[in-house]
Amino acid sequence: MSPVWASVFGVGAATIVLKATGPVLLGRRELPSWLAGPVSLLAPAVLAAFVVTQALGGHREIVADARLVGLGAGAIAVALRAPILAVVVVAAAATALTRLLT
Amino acid sequence: MRSRFLEGAGMIAPVGVAAFLFALSFGVLARAAGMGLAAPLVMSATTFAGSAQFAVASVLGSAGSAGAAIAAAVMLNARYAPIGISIAPAFHGSLPRRLLQSQLIVDETWAMTIRRKGGFDLQVLLGAGAVLYLCWNVGTALGLILGNVISDPNDLGLDAAFAALFLALLVPQLRGRREVTAAMLGGGIALALIPFVPVGVPIVAGAAGSLVGWMRG
Repeated sequence: MSPVWASVFGVGAATIVLKATGPVLLGRRELPSWLAGPVSLLAPAVLAAFVVTQALGGHREIVADARLVGLGAGAIAVALRAPILAVVVVAAAATALTRLLT
Repeated sequence: MRSRFLEGAGMIAPVGVAAFLFALSFGVLARAAGMGLAAPLVMSATTFAGSAQFAVASVLGSAGSAGAAIAAAVMLNARYAPIGISIAPAFHGSLPRRLLQSQLIVDETWAMTIRRKGGFDLQVLLGAGAVLYLCWNVGTALGLILGNVISDPNDLGLDAAFAALFLALLVPQLRGRREVTAAMLGGGIALALIPFVPVGVPIVAGAAGSLVGWMRG
């Protein structure tokens, strides 16, 4: 098999398994109590990790660039209780503008 | 049931536009990487996870091995195990049904569905997932066929837009001390690890922040 198709099948199979693990093994019932506690905190922990990696992540380096301007503008929009769509548009526009000007 | 499916579809629509643009550029990149036409289409249909697909195209494009491509993608998608566990109780159907429905879990459908006022709802996730799936696969096909019609989506600031989206979804989660601790640990661990581990691992390690946050809280 060519490296391309080996990658497609390998990555596809692995991703299907990773996504299905929780719903297939633990679906249809409440989470066991020892798991439910930490899982209730998973959303803030993972979302914070998303923000950090999306705004500062590079290939094994922390990169501070125009994304931070956009995130800052987005943060102001969040603080002003703007709707999500506005937050996203403001962040994209501020970043695009910064990239255009620098 | 139908109305909640449509609620999810409507909620995710703006993200769908961004996903469509990233899919276009995945199509272009995949073709430039010598993946042909069929393989990227199959990949978007089965893997349905942006960052991992970009990683594979980039590894193969620089003459990397399938093993390297798979390893990079698995590390990037490892986060779906904890994410899937967190919403597992919402999946009600038979085993094949749960297996299929779980494939519509992606960062954005998960994050937008958990913030919903009425609580997490499977139909909302499926509605959102269906829209994103469509945008992702149509975008991939068009990118493969049309080639370089748009500039890099990041010129439009879409990378920062996703950071801001996750921030907007994070803030309402910070309801108490435990949640704030978990977020600080998750973000802090991820940041500290970025320089030292492959892409994707900082997020999984950040997820462990919820464990520590729970024990400390």
